[in-house]
Amino acid sequence: MLDKLKIPERHYMNDGHSLRSWLLTKDHKRIAIMYLMSISVMFFIGGLFAVGIRFELATPQGDFVTADTYNKFFTMHGVIMVFFFLIPSIPAVLGNFLIPPMIGAKDLAFPRINLLSLYIYWLGGFFTLYAMIVGGVDTGWTFYTPYSAASSNTSVVPTALGIFIAGFSSILTGLNFIVTIHRMRAPGMTWFRLPLFVWAHYATSLVQVLGTPVIAITIVMLGVERALGFGIFDPARGGDPVLFQHLFWFYSHPAVYIMILPALGVTSELVSTFSRKIIFGYSFVAFSSLAIAIFGFIVWAHHMFVAGISTYAAMVFSFLSFSVAIPSAVKVFNWTATLYKGATSWDTPMLYAYGFIGLFAIGGLTGLFLATLGLDVHMHDTYFVVAHFHYIMVGGAIMGYLGGLHFWWPKMTGRMYSEFFSKVSAIMVFVGFNITFFPQFVVGYLGMPRRYHSYPDEMQVLNVMSSAGATVLGLGYVLPVIYFLYSLRFGRVAGPNPWGASGLEWQMQSPPLTENFVEVPVVTSEPYEYEHLVAKEKHLV
Amino acid sequence: MQIFGIPIFPDQASTFAKDVDALYFFIFAVSAFFALVVAVSILYFGVRYHKTHEGDIGARIEGSLPLELVWSVIPTVIAMVMFGWGASVFYHLRRPPDQAMQIYAVGKQWMWKFQHLEGQREINQLHVPAGRPVKITISSEDVLHSLYFPAFRTKMDAIPGRYTELWFEATTPGTYHMFCTEYCGTNHAGMIGSVTVLEPSAFQAWLQGGSQEGSLAQRGARLFESLACNSCHLDTGRGHGPSLKDIVGKTETLEDGSTVVVDDAYLRESILSSQAKIVRGFKPLMPTFQGLISEENLVALIEHVKSMSPNATTAAPAASPASADPAAGKPEKK
Amino acid sequence: MSDAVAHADHGHAHAAHHPALQHHFDTMRQQKEAAVIGMWLFLLTEILFFGGLFVAYMIYRVWYFDAFAEASRRLSIFWGGLNTAVLIGSSLTMALAVRAAQTNNRKWTVNWLVLTMLLGCVFLGAKVIEYEDKFANYEVPGSSYNWLYHEQHAAAGGDHSEAGAAAEGHRELSLTPAQLQNTTQIYFSLYFTMTGLHALHMIIGVGLMLVITRMAWKGKFDAEYFTPVELSGLYWHFVDIVWIFLFPLLYLVERP
Repeated sequence: MLDKLKIPERHYMNDGHSLRSWLLTKDHKRIAIMYLMSISVMFFIGGLFAVGIRFELATPQGDFVTADTYNKFFTMHGVIMVFFFLIPSIPAVLGNFLIPPMIGAKDLAFPRINLLSLYIYWLGGFFTLYAMIVGGVDTGWTFYTPYSAASSNTSVVPTALGIFIAGFSSILTGLNFIVTIHRMRAPGMTWFRLPLFVWAHYATSLVQVLGTPVIAITIVMLGVERALGFGIFDPARGGDPVLFQHLFWFYSHPAVYIMILPALGVTSELVSTFSRKIIFGYSFVAFSSLAIAIFGFIVWAHHMFVAGISTYAAMVFSFLSFSVAIPSAVKVFNWTATLYKGATSWDTPMLYAYGFIGLFAIGGLTGLFLATLGLDVHMHDTYFVVAHFHYIMVGGAIMGYLGGLHFWWPKMTGRMYSEFFSKVSAIMVFVGFNITFFPQFVVGYLGMPRRYHSYPDEMQVLNVMSSAGATVLGLGYVLPVIYFLYSLRFGRVAGPNPWGASGLEWQMQSPPLTENFVEVPVVTSEPYEYEHLVAKEKHLV
Repeated sequence: MQIFGIPIFPDQASTFAKDVDALYFFIFAVSAFFALVVAVSILYFGVRYHKTHEGDIGARIEGSLPLELVWSVIPTVIAMVMFGWGASVFYHLRRPPDQAMQIYAVGKQWMWKFQHLEGQREINQLHVPAGRPVKITISSEDVLHSLYFPAFRTKMDAIPGRYTELWFEATTPGTYHMFCTEYCGTNHAGMIGSVTVLEPSAFQAWLQGGSQEGSLAQRGARLFESLACNSCHLDTGRGHGPSLKDIVGKTETLEDGSTVVVDDAYLRESILSSQAKIVRGFKPLMPTFQGLISEENLVALIEHVKSMSPNATTAAPAASPASADPAAGKPEKK
Repeated sequence: MSDAVAHADHGHAHAAHHPALQHHFDTMRQQKEAAVIGMWLFLLTEILFFGGLFVAYMIYRVWYFDAFAEASRRLSIFWGGLNTAVLIGSSLTMALAVRAAQTNNRKWTVNWLVLTMLLGCVFLGAKVIEYEDKFANYEVPGSSYNWLYHEQHAAAGGDHSEAGAAAEGHRELSLTPAQLQNTTQIYFSLYFTMTGLHALHMIIGVGLMLVITRMAWKGKFDAEYFTPVELSGLYWHFVDIVWIFLFPLLYLVERP
């Protein structure tokens, strides 16, 4: 058997120990780790607000906090989770770390811009957190006018400024990925040999680059409206508040694809690795990522079916919204088919992948309800919508993120974490999640509106169920912090490829060298080839 | 509907509630089917094909074009059915029948104000008859709101500067929830109330107990006089302004040659920004009342003008929400 | 760090590298291509950034054409036209700077760049003059906005740069004073946001030029490596093109 594994002597984490060597690094892997720490902090801040929300909603009366405070809770929960956690998460942490090695490159195309991206993220986060400390913001993360421009007396402009700034971080990351994938692939790494994780990030980057500037300009318009008294959305002067909604959703709908596409890419990697089999329908899965990215731009007004748009416009957008469902369905079916005649296992990353597929499927299917005009009239702005997007964002994106973290943790740190506690945590997250959010479908159809801190008495039982589930879910999220940190010091040494996975990143040492590869790899095999891997493993033994 | 005393399904209290629910059950059934198929397949495959030895790999099956087509085409067809059915229910939801009973609603932070034509005003409470279509024309005094009746399965946003509308025909007498469903600030969650559906005779009785002020149109008539509208808009048509008799539903030709149908939106615009669309042959002499007249008085005036066209249908064009605002010559949107 | 190992990978013949080659790239060509693609992508984001404003402008212009036409007449064709010419000229000098860098002409790279910056500053100066006039005439949207102020005080000014509502060939409009007070504010809201954003991009552009000029002065560029000049050129041309759209849209709504 192999000698007992040891952490390699030189790797990216000990290549320079000073604070300066981290803060001025050009190494995509160090930048990824710094992002990991930053977004984890943001996640728990956003989570605290969620705790506040669910605590209030355990009783029908508004008796925990004042209405204004509650309104700030859900606003800040949304702002932080969307802009400072979900959008960066997988791309900034896993994408940054893995895309160069996956394509056989030494770094991203623009390492300094990568670092700038991180700084910009910190700056944006600073403004937004500052706004929260000096009083908070209560407009909802959607900032609809005229309330946000003329009526709210909270820190709208600093929050909006923070989001504006963070948007540039997102744009630069996307830009970096696109150029990298086009120009930095190793010899032999053709487009159709790329891991599906890379395809997914390419599609995500297209959306980031094309969509984010529109929210940026929307925020500028809101800012001048509010701070300078301009009248672009002011009905008294002939402005149209609904125009804001169009501009806002033109980005914010594609934004949800920024949040889910990377997780779809992670899931492809997990399903393949833990069934030791090539993804069924590789090119269909690759193209479906692009299709989702493109279609995602033409459906925005399905958020506005009852906002005063014409019946005709509503029908067009409803029709187009169904188009986005098809590529998503294609992925789910392809993953399922991959398992057929595979060699599966129950490792933690795979538990997350299974959970992802189920919850993403439910989330996506409930999107069909909302795309259906006749139903959306009843369901819009109720808890049905809240449940739908949490199924995708939490049951989907966050589980994809956690699955990816658990999968690539040994590569990033050289250590394995506790198998027992990670499985416990995965199950807690899955169970807690469903108890939290499934009742919200029911209470939503009953008519419970969103953004309400008090509600009719008869809706209490469902709300209590939801709040109880949130407790389990929260605990499930805290556990990984503990066992991941523990693993850094006490975890079993992982070696280069503990999972027997395919992909160039698993040919690097764990943790990797700063320059990733000692020799630039030349790619000759097709993607997800486990036959060669087995051959190599057998040879080593 | 309740399970162990926990409500899990809202009452059906309007004629189209069952249509909406039927759509819901269809999509639910399709979704449950596919979710189950996927979940069961995954679990089955995950167990059945669990690796037996460390180092096992799966079969190299790259894909199957026929299968890809099948599971792209079938969901597409199902999606089209959902779309079509949903669109047709939506179309029905958006077209108030002619002769629907008119009610006006104004949302403001943080209450709903309703006005019946007969003059009754209600705050956060609405009485409607069963068995008769009711059309509510909605606007807002400040920020966005949204008027929602879960039991009727319909809602519509209230937009400042515009009219929007919803309609329903209530079926079962009872009291049901009414909510604001567009976040509007501090007391958004308090902007709630109830809609009470009464048997037609009970509704009539409730109406009789009505307002001291007389009907909405009567109040409008008093405003017509006090604001001196009657000094220019003579019935003879020889005054400074056109006669308002029988104009509702008429197509007027404007000074620039374009035409406009006289409806709620045009009436509102003419009062608020009178120089925008002047009927051909008349001079731009009418003062604007923007800022001089409240939403409630505005609808009263409009009702009065409408009462001068007793033969016209009361329905405003259902497809496009009436857009009227203090703007220069803005054409009807959409 | 790991120079020795990294160098062993490179397949090209000569041992020395251009000092500007970054180590994660294999060749200067790959580095330049990456930089150029990156810049074009960035400009694409800028198109979408300004695009939101253009969309809002087009919608309101269709709705309130008369008010927009009226308000547009308050802008000075002289200064707007001058700025257009200045910017087009500066794009020419910029292109010449890139050419000079490409042909290893350090002196003229610097000269053309300086000229470009000067023209950029002329543009910004003209903008200051225009904005000052707007402020003086209470044409800035908000609580102090007063549409009628300009007409009431135009006679006193005799200012050649403003055309009032009384200009010849001006067609009869049926807009009330209240409508004018309101919807022209939308025009000016968009005017200031669009030209203000554009001016901000100009200022950043001039700053960029300062950096590039310094680099050129210090001899950092040669025929094999002048990418920063080229990329700055792309940026500058883009800012110019935005103005080419802004000028007719904002200034030339309905001029006789």
